[in-house]
Amino acid sequence: MVLNIKQGSTSHSAYDLRDPNAQIEERHTLAVLVENEPGVLARVIGLFSGRGYNIDSLTVAETDHEGHRSRITIVTRGTPSVIVQIKAQLGRIVPVHEVHDLTTDGPSIERELGLFKVVGTGDHRVEALRIAEIFRANVIDSTLTSFVFEINGSPEKLDAFADLMRPLGLSDQARTGVAALARGA
Amino acid sequence: MSRKMTGARMIVEALRDQGVDTVFGYPGGAVLPIYDELFQQNDIQHILVRHEQGAVHMAEGYARSTGKPGVVLVTSGPGATNAVTGMTDALLDSIPLVVLSGQVPTFLVGTDGFQEADTVGITRPCTKHNWLVKDTEKLAATIHQAFNVATSGRPGPVLIDIPKDVQFAEAEYVGPKQVDTSNYQPRRKGDIESITRLVELMEQAERPIFYTGGGVINSGPGASQLLRELVDATGFPITSTLMGLGAYPASGKNWLGMLGMHGMYEANLAMHGCDLMIAVGARFDDRITGRVADFSPGSVKAQIDIDPSSINKIVHVELPIQGDVGHVLEDMLKIWKSRGRKTNSEAVRKWWTQIEQWREVKCLAYTNSDSVIKPQHALERLEALTKDRDRYIATEVGQHQMWAAQFLQFDEPNRWMTSGGLGTMGYGLPASVGVQVAHPDALVINVAGDASWLMNMQEMGTAVQFRAPVKQFILNNERLGMVRQWQQLLHGERYSQSWSDSLPDFVKLAEAFGCKGRQVSDPAELDDAIREMIEYDGPFILDVLVEKHENCFPMIPSGKPHNEMLLSPEAEAFSGGAALV
Repeated sequence: MVLNIKQGSTSHSAYDLRDPNAQIEERHTLAVLVENEPGVLARVIGLFSGRGYNIDSLTVAETDHEGHRSRITIVTRGTPSVIVQIKAQLGRIVPVHEVHDLTTDGPSIERELGLFKVVGTGDHRVEALRIAEIFRANVIDSTLTSFVFEINGSPEKLDAFADLMRPLGLSDQARTGVAALARGA
Repeated sequence: MSRKMTGARMIVEALRDQGVDTVFGYPGGAVLPIYDELFQQNDIQHILVRHEQGAVHMAEGYARSTGKPGVVLVTSGPGATNAVTGMTDALLDSIPLVVLSGQVPTFLVGTDGFQEADTVGITRPCTKHNWLVKDTEKLAATIHQAFNVATSGRPGPVLIDIPKDVQFAEAEYVGPKQVDTSNYQPRRKGDIESITRLVELMEQAERPIFYTGGGVINSGPGASQLLRELVDATGFPITSTLMGLGAYPASGKNWLGMLGMHGMYEANLAMHGCDLMIAVGARFDDRITGRVADFSPGSVKAQIDIDPSSINKIVHVELPIQGDVGHVLEDMLKIWKSRGRKTNSEAVRKWWTQIEQWREVKCLAYTNSDSVIKPQHALERLEALTKDRDRYIATEVGQHQMWAAQFLQFDEPNRWMTSGGLGTMGYGLPASVGVQVAHPDALVINVAGDASWLMNMQEMGTAVQFRAPVKQFILNNERLGMVRQWQQLLHGERYSQSWSDSLPDFVKLAEAFGCKGRQVSDPAELDDAIREMIEYDGPFILDVLVEKHENCFPMIPSGKPHNEMLLSPEAEAFSGGAALV
């Protein structure tokens, strides 16, 4: 007997049935809309630590004061089956209202804010300023021996900026983690 | 009408409005106002336990045997931490519980106050949800929400932490109907297109099997009824997990017995060789699957579960159906009937022939003895002497638990209380008390091992105080039997710490608690001893001295696939034709 059954056999399937045996780790950005109540962030983070999932970055802030909603943006990493499981587990948390996978649900944009302190004098200082201009970074603090740059962009852009600043005297950096939204209406 | 009252009164009022008749608990400083309110009413009985873990397991026994949520009341700090094991147990077995814990007053929270613990922090991963109520205004609504969360969707334990000043302060009471629970309403109906696809697969399947679990029982008696109708109408074989025993009757013609690590040979081989697996409220636990890579390699798998995170978690499922088991089974039956009640009956007949050959292995065979009581024999006699009664069975955890699952027959749901997911030794005695409180006239037996039973033996005091005539059937091998078995089979017979030294005299212990005990070691006296236990009007401890080195077979060693089961020396070698395995 041949049981012809295609993966994702129903159009209404709530499940992502791509090859579960693929062992390749993927990076996914999840937007989790939660009830803004005490402990909700601990529940989400506790889920990741308790079940051994990875968090690359996490940002959270209230987005709807009237509706008591906060938005948690999580960048995580895992095989396709692990990513499906993470989403299902997040969905089980009682104060979680919605879970969106911005990586698979359509095009999305990601931005991160970074502050970078570069310490140096002479040519290094001039070079740092020149590179900052190319990256459209702003100087938001300056002393005779240091700058603090503010830069917006994708995590990759911030990584590239940090790599270039390192030989020029990068001493500290603070990054917000990724905020992301789906494109379009 | 204004209904202003203290938080403590509000709690009792809310419990009453939720239909609660019994609370299992233990008083302490941070819950004194609630105990004061309980003192002044007669609608809710309070069962005073001897240890908070016992309270939670009693509430589990109560919940599992009635289908209603169990309610627990404990004090702050140690009261709450002692309840953690029970809540974790209930979480893994999806048992609805509402646990109320006292907390130090809000102005002391965070100061390391006397008997302060971060209860919501500690219990966050072992509850379905929990709340710290800082304002009496929100207390009643939170309790009603808690009952909704505990019992909706996949059931589970919830905890409400209530500081003492919140219990004293006054506010307006709100009833259950005034509380909006729409923010937590899990989906119950399954996707009709998927269900239709499953029915198509059932019509074609040559080697189908129903693999059912605790979800059927949690879905209510209606789900068990529908399951029976569907299984009997299709003629498909059915097996069940430990948690699902009784959903389909053990006396039913399509019953293969339990599957899994100590499951029946025929059930495990049928799972391995099937071409269509219909998982109903079962979650592919590691004790079920064995080595996942070799689990039922040739089958199309469909899974019905109310919890989407249980689907595709361990085993890839081609046809997932998210929904309540009862609703989905109803739709399945309706669609299957409307399409003409078709099955591939010729092929299914052949499949049964194959299963019968596996059955001939007689995997539960053991050598009986005239001189020493074999544990399997003890359970066979218990079954024979109690099967015609209104009987509930609880167990502890270990060999005796597996033998009970193999040798006792369950024809109805909600009659089998056992710690499946967490495997909590010490579960059975308090669970049996909880069952007895809910069913005062029923015969409630805890099948126990000597080691497990000692873990919560203080609850015999509760049984005696509340005249709960629970029967403690202890299979005493003076060993941690399952540990000893693994050490024998897998750790070179090095029996590290797996024997029970300095065991109490269980008969004297029974007398010390104010109930009755008897020891039996002669197989010829076993029936008489069991009869005395059953007929005694009160709690009874029967200390059955059994063979000390008996192993529980069949057994799938950890990490092995279903077709590499270890069989007892007494089982017949498999001789039937071309196996599918």
